[in-house]
Amino acid sequence: MAHTVHTQIPGNVWKVLVKPGDKVKAGDELFILEVMKTEVPHTAEEDGEVTAVHINEGDEGVDAGTAAVDIS
Amino acid sequence: MNKVLVANRGEIACRVIRSCRSLGLATVAVHSEADAKALHVAMADEAQPVGPAKAADSYLKIGNILTAAQASGANAVHPGYGFLAENADFARAVGNAGLVWIGPRPETITDMGDKERARLLAKGAGVPVLPGSPRFLPGDLGGLDGAGAAVGFPLLVKASAGGGGIGMRRVDDAGGLPEVVAATQAMAEKAFGDGAVYLEKLVAPARHVEIQVFGFGDGRAIHLHERECSIQRRFQKIIEESPAPGLAPEVGAAMAEAALSLAAQERYRGAGTVEFVVGPDQDFRFLEMNTRIQVEHPVTEMRTGVDLVALQIRLARGDDLSEFDQARIQPAGHAIECRVYAERPEMNFLPSPGRLAVFALPVETEGLRIDSGFREGDEITFHYDPMIAKVITHGSDRDAAIGRMAVALEQFRIEGPSTNIAFLRKVMDHDDFRAGRIDTGFVEANKTGLI
Repeated sequence: MAHTVHTQIPGNVWKVLVKPGDKVKAGDELFILEVMKTEVPHTAEEDGEVTAVHINEGDEGVDAGTAAVDIS
Repeated sequence: MNKVLVANRGEIACRVIRSCRSLGLATVAVHSEADAKALHVAMADEAQPVGPAKAADSYLKIGNILTAAQASGANAVHPGYGFLAENADFARAVGNAGLVWIGPRPETITDMGDKERARLLAKGAGVPVLPGSPRFLPGDLGGLDGAGAAVGFPLLVKASAGGGGIGMRRVDDAGGLPEVVAATQAMAEKAFGDGAVYLEKLVAPARHVEIQVFGFGDGRAIHLHERECSIQRRFQKIIEESPAPGLAPEVGAAMAEAALSLAAQERYRGAGTVEFVVGPDQDFRFLEMNTRIQVEHPVTEMRTGVDLVALQIRLARGDDLSEFDQARIQPAGHAIECRVYAERPEMNFLPSPGRLAVFALPVETEGLRIDSGFREGDEITFHYDPMIAKVITHGSDRDAAIGRMAVALEQFRIEGPSTNIAFLRKVMDHDDFRAGRIDTGFVEANKTGLI
């Protein structure tokens, strides 16, 4: 199932762990936000292939609910 | 000394300003663009902007803080905790600018800030330490397998420059070690600018108990007894208390002696904390020494009646403290602190930033102290720490302190960010907590009942 992983809360993008073309499994970490000095990992909801990444490492002040990674 | 710049924000900035005022000193707040209307700014006699919201460009910019000090005519700097509090370069720069640094000597900060070096210094002072390894630099994992086997599993991979729960990863078997070491090195490089890590034996189940010390800079030091800090999530403390329930008096006394021998060896100056891990047999081992005022210092203040921040300032000011000796420290009763965080315990303590649409604190009464840096309408921003307030209660015994805490927690009214208040309230009622059966695995072990 195609799905898009959104940011859960506002924060800075600390690490992006995937790129378009990567195969991921449900639960794999896709990117990590840095929020209130805490690492907040975001994971794939289902198995699939990354088709697009809309955030970059170092992005600051990304709003909650931002579309971050598309998986098909 | 007549005007103190407080190089911090939030509750600790407010708390330092209070002690400065009690000593007749004027205060200067610093603030990022996000904090222009913050409580600590309103409380101080004057304020200076130090940069944009991002801490790395404001509260962590040494040059900006020094410029603010010079512009305001401050002649002393109190760093609070976090930010630049344990940055030796900052401490040195403050001194070089002709200002009084309210904290330990820069050399001590360097020694203790390097956690692997601190281990060796503690060992030299006769303080028991955990089995550990030499440091491993990024790209050089030579000898790692042997070091892992020598330390034994489970172990912690720790950043030499880390501390306070940051830059620490658990490893349960030899197979996972190289990967975790490399990841921790990368993380430490990014977070601290220093990728060195070392291995240290993990004691579990274990308790974290720390000794508050105060050194006078000439080799003389006193202790203000222990704080139990075992209730943690993500290696970070959420509830602290003193005395440590069930700790044998002779063990507490031996820990205090060990902490004092390290403080004396370092000719420690000011407030400091020596952290220990305490095993099931009450055998204790050195973890680290924090060269700053701690978040949980009010627990000690409530139990001893000593204003630790005022004492820091008086020492830095050059007051005669020769009569301030161990006999002056007479602890009474029991004190507990709960940290109120903007977070969701039910989502693995996910941070929960937001505006404090409703924010009503309990009224301070006998045996109840609230330290907060916010007012209704303020934003708890994702840029900074999620702590909203500290609640500290004191009673004639542990049950009395817990009872007062339960009542206080129920009086909070917060709307906007989610908080951990209901979680803290449930801990106060938990059978194991009430019985003092606590260790660092308490939150994980009791998650289902507490959330």
